[in-house]
Formats: sequence, C-alpha cells, structure tokens
Amino acid sequence: MKQKFNIIESTCVPLPLENVDTDQIIPARFLKATTRDERFFGENLFRDWRYNSDGTPNPGFVLNDPRYGGEILVAGKNFGSGSSREHAAWAIAGYGFRVVISSFFADIHKNNELNNFVLPVVVSEDFLQEIFAAVREDPSVKVRVDVPAQTVTLLSTGRSESFELNPYKKYCLMNALDDIDYLLLQKDKIEAYENR
Amino acid sequence: MNTLFDKIWDAHIVQKVEGGPDQLYIDRLYCHEVTSPQAFDGLRKRGIRCLRPEKIFCMPDHNTPTHDQDKPIADPVSRKQVDTLSENVAEFGLTHYGMNDPRNGIIHVVGPERGLSLPGMTIVCGDSHTSTHGAVGALAFGIGTSEVEMVLASQCILQAKPKSMRIRIEGALGKGVTAKDVALFLMSRLTTSGATGYFVEYAGAVVRDLSMEGRLTLCNLSIEMGARGGFVAPDEKTFAYLKGRPHAPAGEEWERSVAYWKTLRSGDDAVFDREVVFDGAEIEPMITYGTNPGMGVAITGTVPSLDRIPAEGQPSFLKSLRYMDFHPGEELIGKAVDYVFLGACTNGRIEDFRAFASIAAGRHKAPGITAWLVPGSWEVRRQIAEEGLDRVLEEAGFEIRQPGCSACLAMNDDKIPPGKYCVSTSNRNFEGRQGPLSRTLLASPLTAAAAAVTGVVTDPRTLL
Repeated sequence: MKQKFNIIESTCVPLPLENVDTDQIIPARFLKATTRDERFFGENLFRDWRYNSDGTPNPGFVLNDPRYGGEILVAGKNFGSGSSREHAAWAIAGYGFRVVISSFFADIHKNNELNNFVLPVVVSEDFLQEIFAAVREDPSVKVRVDVPAQTVTLLSTGRSESFELNPYKKYCLMNALDDIDYLLLQKDKIEAYENR
Repeated sequence: MNTLFDKIWDAHIVQKVEGGPDQLYIDRLYCHEVTSPQAFDGLRKRGIRCLRPEKIFCMPDHNTPTHDQDKPIADPVSRKQVDTLSENVAEFGLTHYGMNDPRNGIIHVVGPERGLSLPGMTIVCGDSHTSTHGAVGALAFGIGTSEVEMVLASQCILQAKPKSMRIRIEGALGKGVTAKDVALFLMSRLTTSGATGYFVEYAGAVVRDLSMEGRLTLCNLSIEMGARGGFVAPDEKTFAYLKGRPHAPAGEEWERSVAYWKTLRSGDDAVFDREVVFDGAEIEPMITYGTNPGMGVAITGTVPSLDRIPAEGQPSFLKSLRYMDFHPGEELIGKAVDYVFLGACTNGRIEDFRAFASIAAGRHKAPGITAWLVPGSWEVRRQIAEEGLDRVLEEAGFEIRQPGCSACLAMNDDKIPPGKYCVSTSNRNFEGRQGPLSRTLLASPLTAAAAAVTGVVTDPRTLL
C-alpha cells in the first residue's frame, strides 16, 4: 500500500533462518488470485510454517508466538530468494510489516518490497545477530528505522548502523510515489529513444 | 567495463534517473497468467493502455493441466486465472498463445523456440527463470508484478545497473555430465546468494561446447545463484539455432542482424567486477539433498557433516535435513525414489527427452515409480514424435504428457504427495515446492532416467 515513510519505531518479529525463499513466504497454491488483495496474502504469509497440515496454528512458529509482534520483521541472510512472485511482498505488507531487516536480500524480492512500500534494510551480519539476541532476551525491545537519516538503531543498546537507499527511491518512499507515476511522465524521452 | 553486459545494458538506457536507477528500454515483455493479472488491473485503475503492444507476448503455462488440454480446466481457480489472461490480452490487444494452441508451452521454452528472443535484446517477464533467454545472447531477467505493470505502461523499467561477473568453465565435461550438472555444481560452490547483485556472463570451453539447449538450461538456473540474469555471447551455434524460426529476422534483415550480433561479445580488455574459473573435468553428475538448490553434491558423495556448516547456517541446514529425512554424512546413491519428473523450463527441451530416452531405451520403468514426462512446449512434443522418442519411451513404460510447468511448482494437478521423494529435472527443491511436504532431489535428465529405471538414486554413468 502506498504510504509515506518517515521514522518507524517498533518491536520486532525474529525469524533467524537463512535463505528464506519466496515459496515459504507465500506458497504457489496461493498465487492463483487474480486481484491484489493484500489481506488475503497477509493471512497466508508463511502459510506452511505457520499452520499444520490440518489447518491448526503451529505454536512453534514465531508468528503464532504471542510474545512477538510489531511492524518490523528481522530475518536471516539471503531473505526472499527464489521465485520472483510479488505476492511475497504483498503478503508481508498485508500482514502489517513495514520494514524487513536482514544482512542480505535477494534482488528481485528487494525490488518487490520497495515497490510495495515495505522497506528492506540491510545491516551487517554482526548487528543482525545482535538484534536477534536482544529480541530473544526481551521481546519488548524496539528498533528505530529512521528513513530521512537512513539509520537503524537497536534502542536497548543504542547500537546504530546506516543503511543504503538511493535518493530517488528515498524521495518516492517519503512521498508515497511509485515508479509508474514517474515513468508515465517520460513518454517524450521514450519516443526519442525509439527514434534514435 | 567493455563487457557484453555493459554494451547491451548501456544501449538500452533511455535516461539515467538523477540519484537513482536507469530507465531501461525493454525489447520483449513476456506475460504468463500468474504474475500478470494485478498488473493489468493496475493499467485499468490508471485508465491507460499498453505503450507498445506489439512487443508483448502472453501465454498461460503455470496452471495448465498436462492432460486433456482440449477440455476446460477442472480446477475453477486455475481456470479463472487462465481465462483472465485471455480476457486481458483481448482488451489490451496483445499476442496470445492460448492453451492447446500449437505455439503454446512454457514461456521460457517458447520464446527462444519461436525466435522471439534474439541476441542483444532486453527481455523481461514476471518470472525469475526469465534468465533462460540469456542463452541467445540477450539480457533477460525476472521482475515483479509492479515492474510488469511498468513495462506494459511504458515499455521501460527503472532498474539499478547490476555488477558484472564472468564465470568461465574451461576444459571439457566428462561422460554423463550435462549442463544441469554444471549449474548445480556452480550453485553448490557459489551458494544460492553467491551471484546476487550480478549479471553473469558464462564463458570458457565448456560453455562454448554446450548445445543451445544446454546453454538454455545453464542460463535458466542463474537465478538460483541469486544472479539477476545470465547469458552466453552469441556465436555460430546461436545463429544456426535461430535461423528460420518464425520470429527471427529473414532475408537481408537476417544478414544485417547477424553482422550486428557478431559484434556482441566482451572486449579482450573487458573488466568484470568479479570473475571465477572452474575446471569442467572437476564436475560430476550432481544431485541435491536439501531444500535449496545450492545444497547439492556429486551423486557419488554424501550429505555434508554438521561440522562443515558455519554456526549461523546450522539451524537452516538441520531444518532442511529434518524436512528431507536425511542425515549428515549419509550417502545418496541407493536412496529410494517414488516419483520422477522430467520437464520444466530447466529441462523440458528436445535434448532433455533424448537424454532421458537414451537411458530408458531397452530398459523398463521400475515398479513403484510414478514418472511424469512433460515436454516444455507443443513444439517439443511434436519433435518427440517426429524422432520416434515417444515410442521408445512408451515401450519402456513411460507416458508423455501435455506441455506446461507442471510438477515444477505444482500449480496444476501434478503434485508430489506429502513425504514422497521425487528426482526432478526442475529448478527448485524448496520445502513444499512440488506439493505440500513433497521432497525434491534436483538432478539432470540422465540422472532422472537412471532413478526411473532403477527405483533408487543411481549414478547415470553406470547405465550409459
């Protein structure tokens, strides 16, 4: 959903697994929808980890753990690998996450998150492990993601890192503009390219 | 600098967005039924049409059943998605190869086969395996649905330029070692994120010696190393493959095109952001034991022991082995197999059926094995019949189905049941990929055939 970004301060949901692929974020059988109903995808986020095969919630999975909640998902490295399905980003947004923190993102998924106003924040592996440890110890600790300053801070220890975000995308996120809005204004340049 | 990647990318820059990505012109957009409906909805909401409908080709492949395609799809949800695509192409005036059309098949098999994917092009599709088309010497990459909408609307995409990487595989491959094994080997060495952020040029003697089908398989799997895309510089083999295909240039235009295509190679002074070299002789037939495609070993090898996995990776490694019901250090040869799947955009081409048939010929499907042999397109299906491979395979107890993505991601009825093991020529062994709780072992068509006739994981070299 298009929404303006500024400073987000929230508790975190930790998922300390590496190489979480988009088939796990949203399994293929949920890709048959022909509309972009984020609530539907959000309800099925991590479906096969979140629910047992009989449909009952799996109490061992973090989304079913009442201690954890918030707008920030923290995941192990290489998050969002595999299929290009944007449904994965819709599911993350639909569940209510606005930020995903990891030490490494797969390319296509990273773009998909940005195009859906979910901010992928890359931190060092060391900082990532520190966030996991802090949240494990005390699920109420908060992380602040400051988009204008491009910093991410673990409030319990005060440790902070800056993260990358190109000026164009930052402007889009802070003003709730998307790439199509931009491209539709470029028709002259496109035609000039085609004619050269 | 001065890489083929730079040449093609830079030639497609409409403009550099200040402080941001490049606005890249796209020569070819492919759409399938799964990742396009919300993009078309987006156009309707904005009240706009496609800027260049003649550059857009659409076909259903993910939901299509692999039998009775002349009848309506039984699953109403799948049918609706396929119907939605045909309604959208009619509304927006695009080219459509519908289900049961002789031109239909898996989008990444059809594109090169029809000569729609050509050297020097930029090609995108809402599908990560779009990298396949790089085999003809194009920059081809997978995109999300918002980006599909961008291209439908403007024939452009905003994209930061990836870094360049060259993977050279020198020497020669041993007997029974295929392009699929090369790709699985690369993933096992580089991991599933080893090429993230890069566009890969495949080069070296092994790559030059691969057939076009082999190059398509290799490029197909680029994304499984995390790469944005992968390609092979076009050569005489590429030109011979493309000549005479329905959408390839013809006559004088062909000559002009080939003259241009011959310039499409990295300069001798090209500098890559990263370069790795492997020796083809090191590569053996490969098989995966885990739940990502980087978890592969030589078929004669074992599941790694825990002490070889870095501490932060151990929870994922152990979760993966629990899912597969495998144990650290155990051998893979001799493991019982329930299903065999030959097909997908990875290995659904004619050469893959020839390879499978070369082992199946004169043997018989093992009792207890269910085998799904799914051609990548109707054209492949036609070639199979033309070469008499269907008779060979039928005599060996195998049935050839109708084309589509099928059990690669099980969006149609072809699902591997919970807990069953499938030796699969597809591209992903993720948890639940081939059906909830299914267990996938990725391998080449030769290795799949060896499992199909013996009922267990078998080194295909023992049957050649």
